[in-house]
Amino acid sequence: MAALTLYEKIWQAHVVHEAKGQPSLIYIDRHLIHEGTSPQAFAGLKSTGRKVRRPDLTFAVMDHSVPTKNRDLPILDADANAQFEALTRNCRETGVRLFDMHSHNQGIVHVIGPELGITQPGQTIVCGDSHTSTHGALGALAFGIGTSEVEHVLATQCLVQFKSKTMLVRVNGKRPKGITAKDLILAIIGKIGIAGGTGHVFEYAGDAIRGLSMEGRMTVCNMSIEGGARAGMVAPDDTTFAYLEGRPFVPRGKDFQIAVDYWKSLPSDPGAAYDSVVELDAARLAPQVTWGTNPGMVTDVTGRVPDPSSFGNDVDRHAAELALKYMGLQPGTPVTEIPLDRVFIGSCTNSRLEDLRLAARVVDGKHVAKSLKQALVVPGSRKVKEAAEKEGLDKIFTAAGFEWRDAGCSMCIGMNDDVLPAGERCASTSNRNFEGRQGKGSRTHLVSPLMAAAAALEGHFVDVRKLNVNGSE
Amino acid sequence: MQPFTNHTGLVAPLDRVNVDTDQMVPKQFCKLLTREGYGRILFYDWRYLPGEKPNPEFVLNFPRYKGASVLIARANFGCGSSREHAPWGILDYGFRVVIAPSFADIFYNNCFKNGILPVTLTAEQMDELFKRTERKAGYQLTADLEKQTISDESGLLYRFEIDPFRKHCLMKGLDDIGMSLEHEKAITAFEQKRHPQATMFEAVDVKISQPQN
Repeated sequence: MAALTLYEKIWQAHVVHEAKGQPSLIYIDRHLIHEGTSPQAFAGLKSTGRKVRRPDLTFAVMDHSVPTKNRDLPILDADANAQFEALTRNCRETGVRLFDMHSHNQGIVHVIGPELGITQPGQTIVCGDSHTSTHGALGALAFGIGTSEVEHVLATQCLVQFKSKTMLVRVNGKRPKGITAKDLILAIIGKIGIAGGTGHVFEYAGDAIRGLSMEGRMTVCNMSIEGGARAGMVAPDDTTFAYLEGRPFVPRGKDFQIAVDYWKSLPSDPGAAYDSVVELDAARLAPQVTWGTNPGMVTDVTGRVPDPSSFGNDVDRHAAELALKYMGLQPGTPVTEIPLDRVFIGSCTNSRLEDLRLAARVVDGKHVAKSLKQALVVPGSRKVKEAAEKEGLDKIFTAAGFEWRDAGCSMCIGMNDDVLPAGERCASTSNRNFEGRQGKGSRTHLVSPLMAAAAALEGHFVDVRKLNVNGSE
Repeated sequence: MQPFTNHTGLVAPLDRVNVDTDQMVPKQFCKLLTREGYGRILFYDWRYLPGEKPNPEFVLNFPRYKGASVLIARANFGCGSSREHAPWGILDYGFRVVIAPSFADIFYNNCFKNGILPVTLTAEQMDELFKRTERKAGYQLTADLEKQTISDESGLLYRFEIDPFRKHCLMKGLDDIGMSLEHEKAITAFEQKRHPQATMFEAVDVKISQPQN
């Protein structure tokens, strides 16, 4: 039998129908929905008289527009309220399980999927959100879809898909102190460019990836889409199985053993072929900071804001000029001299317990810089929040001058009140530094939780390697 | 879905690489519950000054591009968020055709669900289209999906590649949910076959804690 990749194995196990010259009909094991991209899909179903085929495999949560404080007060944002009401009504009418704003299990959809064990190896998982790639960290094939496809999955529990190409992203070596999963993925995107993975599914491998915790792997897979790939995955291993055991939606006892036996058959066969291979040496990486308006515009913390004229072609030069103008940055400025207005620790990229522990370790007993207007910590889920509070992390953050909020997407996308004002500059642990992403005219620098925490203390970026802390637990 | 066979229309140029879907429809407009009405919002932050006054420096506000229905763009068009609000905005504004050297996967896919034809040409061909659009006021292009060509009145003729199945669906304006439901039996058979030996694919609905308030 031919040697297969992880991607090919999952694909083959999910083909419902295939015909020559046509895309395949692929079965979907888990459909995650949220208030942002589902109302039109439910409306479409209703207008055509179609039903939700598998409400038991569909999971809904409120995350994009939820307030992160005063959740017990009425919601004044009428549009957001309409979204919440629509999702509640749609779930009630169709029998879909909903984790609403007040649920004990509420959180960012890509945080609660793995946390509740909804996400498992070998599954196909979709959600109307491009960061669905996160779930690939558990060895699932997970990708973002548009609202028309959300409607398609609701009606059929299947998707019409063309097979993707595969790219092996191998990160060798050992991460030095202060280098986190976030730095790995930013460096990967910096290397291949934000369209480098278009048409591909990434499989991350190598010692540096194996050495990451599940949470670190989620951070890496989360940003696959920022490298152009719809999905990114890591082959399941003992770290994965240990993470999953005992989670609410994971099979128990003998069933768990059956599952693990199957999961162990998923990793790519020796000699399996990829369409392309990219290699990186983790040992040589420095902490990463983005300077521009897409995640590929990234450099080392020891670097400088680039001069557009240093780019080899007109297209990149022009893009860099526009980016520096928007970001209000001068070429040649050392990254460590960029002054900050706010710091945001949160998002589906970096809001899990490990991320909060790392940041807390840096700020423990210290205080955010006087020049800072706001420093915000938004846990990825209520369970993360609860666990962090049990360890006293909330007290460390608030004593240091951070605000400690309720779970949601928050300032990563600014659909609630957590908006970065125009012209202000933020060190953010989120995933997109696009123009206007955190608020109209806002300026985003993407960094790791360690880098964000250290920057909050100083009011500008600092090289966290000097703090001598590990980049993971 | 509105079928697409061929279209001739005024061309507007958007000379930027990596135009992401956040630029097409910013997040504050992603809270609406409809699929319509995003044309006014398209490229909002670029298109409007404070008070929603048209920004005279933004290309779509140039009088010569008013009424454009063919958008020419640069590489990696539509990257970022999966929001279908972006193609809804493109369509509602009046664009039926977007031509670029490359598209991001999710946006490309979303176009076909909404009767928009995304055409991929080479960077050199795109340069030529940008040049011609700049040079001639009222410059028009024709997209013929059947023949897979882009052409103008002065003899320019480019052939483009497109997946035959996508072409077929777009030309007929097919409802792909309806097509998939024709495989209902296969879907049911798939579900039944997998059920007994694969407990991990079924939601094991253990009791989870109830909402606190």
